[in-house]
Amino acid sequence: MAAVHGDAHDHGHDDHHPSGIMRWITTTNHKDIGTMYLWFSFTMFMVGGILAMGIRAELYQPGIQILEPELFNQFTTLHGLIMVFGAIMPAFVGFANWQVPMMIGAPDMAFARMNNWSFWLLPVAASLLVVSFFVPGGAAAGGWTFYPPLSVQGGLGVDMMIFAVHILGASSIMGSINIITTILNMRAPGMTLMKMPLFVWTWLITAYLLVLVMPVLAGVVTMLLTDRHFGTSFFNAAGGGDPVLFQHIFWFFGHPEVYIMILPAFGIVSEIIPTFSRKPLFGYSSMVYATASIAILSCFVWAHHMFTAGMPTVGQLFFMYATMLIAVPTGVKVFNWTATMWRGSMTFETPMLFSIGFIFLFVIGGLSGVICAIVPIDIQVQDTYYVIAHFHYVLVSGALFALFAGVYYWIPKWTGRMYNETLGKWHFWLSMFFFNLTFFVQHFLGLAGMPRRVPDYALQFADFNKISSLGAFGFGLTQLLFLYIVINCIRSGEKSTQMPWEGATTLEWTHLPAKAPYHSFETPPVVK
Amino acid sequence: MSQESGHYYVPAPSLFPIIGSTALLFMGFGAALTMNKMELGYGLLAIGFAILIYMMFGWFGTVAQESESGKYNDQVDVSFRWGMGWFILTEVMFFCAFFGALFYMRVLSIPWLEEESLVLGQDWWPAYDGAWPTTGPGEFEAFTPMGAWGLPAINTMLLLSSGVTCTLAHHAIKENRREALKKWLLATIALGAIFIACQAYEYVHAYNDLNLKMTSGAYGSTFFMLTGFHGFHVTVGAIMLTVIYFRCAAGHFTSEKHFGFEGVAWYWHFVDVVWLGLFVFVYLM
Repeated sequence: MAAVHGDAHDHGHDDHHPSGIMRWITTTNHKDIGTMYLWFSFTMFMVGGILAMGIRAELYQPGIQILEPELFNQFTTLHGLIMVFGAIMPAFVGFANWQVPMMIGAPDMAFARMNNWSFWLLPVAASLLVVSFFVPGGAAAGGWTFYPPLSVQGGLGVDMMIFAVHILGASSIMGSINIITTILNMRAPGMTLMKMPLFVWTWLITAYLLVLVMPVLAGVVTMLLTDRHFGTSFFNAAGGGDPVLFQHIFWFFGHPEVYIMILPAFGIVSEIIPTFSRKPLFGYSSMVYATASIAILSCFVWAHHMFTAGMPTVGQLFFMYATMLIAVPTGVKVFNWTATMWRGSMTFETPMLFSIGFIFLFVIGGLSGVICAIVPIDIQVQDTYYVIAHFHYVLVSGALFALFAGVYYWIPKWTGRMYNETLGKWHFWLSMFFFNLTFFVQHFLGLAGMPRRVPDYALQFADFNKISSLGAFGFGLTQLLFLYIVINCIRSGEKSTQMPWEGATTLEWTHLPAKAPYHSFETPPVVK
Repeated sequence: MSQESGHYYVPAPSLFPIIGSTALLFMGFGAALTMNKMELGYGLLAIGFAILIYMMFGWFGTVAQESESGKYNDQVDVSFRWGMGWFILTEVMFFCAFFGALFYMRVLSIPWLEEESLVLGQDWWPAYDGAWPTTGPGEFEAFTPMGAWGLPAINTMLLLSSGVTCTLAHHAIKENRREALKKWLLATIALGAIFIACQAYEYVHAYNDLNLKMTSGAYGSTFFMLTGFHGFHVTVGAIMLTVIYFRCAAGHFTSEKHFGFEGVAWYWHFVDVVWLGLFVFVYLM
């Protein structure tokens, strides 16, 4: 795709930067900031994971053993908030920071100082969330969707969560404006929009979604705050408001949010599959249009989260059909990935394994999503473990697996070293096994009627819950292996080469040395 | 495109972001504690605000210096344009959430409450007629709504005129008429300040004479939240215009390059447009 004209090695002149902790606090370098995003998100992944382990330990058998119901509710609430806002989203922003400038041949992000602030707001918000466990009344306990009236009644912990969401929103908005501007304004000469790598395209579209919906979330938590403390009546029927109004505004943010967490995953997988199939991506332009269609449609389907909240039939029908329509562009994507592999000379290194695992399991999650979209079925499975199983298939084996794939794929370029391939494969197969052990049985639990967000359950659910808990513990431990693989790679991995993957075609592989230099593309390359 | 005027400017490592984060750390905890009437909160909140203001002075001051010393080439200028444009879109979406709440209440939830009242009669909220403006069917004190053709109409004229003076200032800067530029900027700031004063007077009037409060049900909630956030944005815009005025007075900007001015002008027009929405949907209808 590209031919070199700019010299990528003429950097050197201002490589010096503060050392030690000050390097990380003051940095304006997209690679440093990307690294911080990724380590932060892994840390929050561990925190959210510990909460998940607590939940599964309590659900290991019927009865209340470990977590009192009130604390259990705090665990489920904070598990959701931390995983969504602390682990998955920052991880993708970390990828954007590392990869977008390198893949489009830009010297850095468009607003390098603001980029630093976007990152350093996250630990602030995270500390508000984590500390809220230890304040009087404990953390927010109304679920990660914090519906009123429950969330109007909570204590100090709910306010800390509200301000954490405000700060996270500010961080996301600054981050996404930065990404949009970088992509639109800083591409190397010759890189037209339709020559951009698909990962860059998916992030461009994701950033648009973030800019559209994060302010709406900020608005709705502000209404919650004033309902709690200043006597407004947005969600109070006595004053002419409606608790369901909260759900509408929240899910106007919340549904695009799930695509914010999956579109960059599509992007990563769309980079990896062509590389290891040694074929160009099948249907590049249809991939771009499919991504855009998914993003646009995602803004018109929010009320499928609310079929049981009370809605006119015509509303249910509209949201049902609109939701099912999303399966079409998603199907285009799955078809294209499969067609890319068709007759390719495929090899199965760890990034490819995670990508193929992603396709299989994401399709399961996507199909159970279509099932949930059908109103009469949804009325049965609403708030059951079927829904839990559905969205963990798209968020864990979807978003998280794609993140793992991306780390294995790009870590040679980030560190100049190779990870241990054998251990990487173990990580994949153990994750695959334990993930399915944890979540596949939850489909059965949900269909049998086990409700979500309960610390105790009827005896007939005991066996599947035990299996699910065992799977969760295995999945949790497996992620420590991932941590070991990454540290091992950074410390003592074998030296990598400029092109560890022979099929890769994007600029970071074709133009930059084995370990990407601190400043890359200060003089833009020319793309032909 | 960056070839003509040197590399894209990537700023050196900076302490301002972490100072800003420290400010928000204080403000986040401070606000949460203040909301729950804990003494410690007020102090934390005050410290947070102080640090934030220090950070803004330092950060924006640095940007102004970098701009004046010619570090920003045309490509950086385009970045600022994209950035400000998308920032304003996020502001629009923030107001959309509150307008959405207003429309939902007026079109859906209040008529539903009226129907329930008719169907369920005495056991429910008897004889709730659901006519806007309303406090809702619950036990709320009666109030008088804010009329559109008094102060709000004058406010509309004030803001629309300030849009005109702002544009005149823009023409002046493009034609390098610096005295006219400062004069029209001052006029814009003055109109904005009068607007804010009128709004403040209107709030006092609402609380003292009309018994219209934030606690006055659906009408009070949407009235004060929409006009309140708008008033806050006008205040921020007026402060931004004041900064630009002093930068103009210090000889910043040229007739070709003055995005600092333009960005603020965009923002000012944005608060103008939001006001028109408020005037129609909050005051008139």
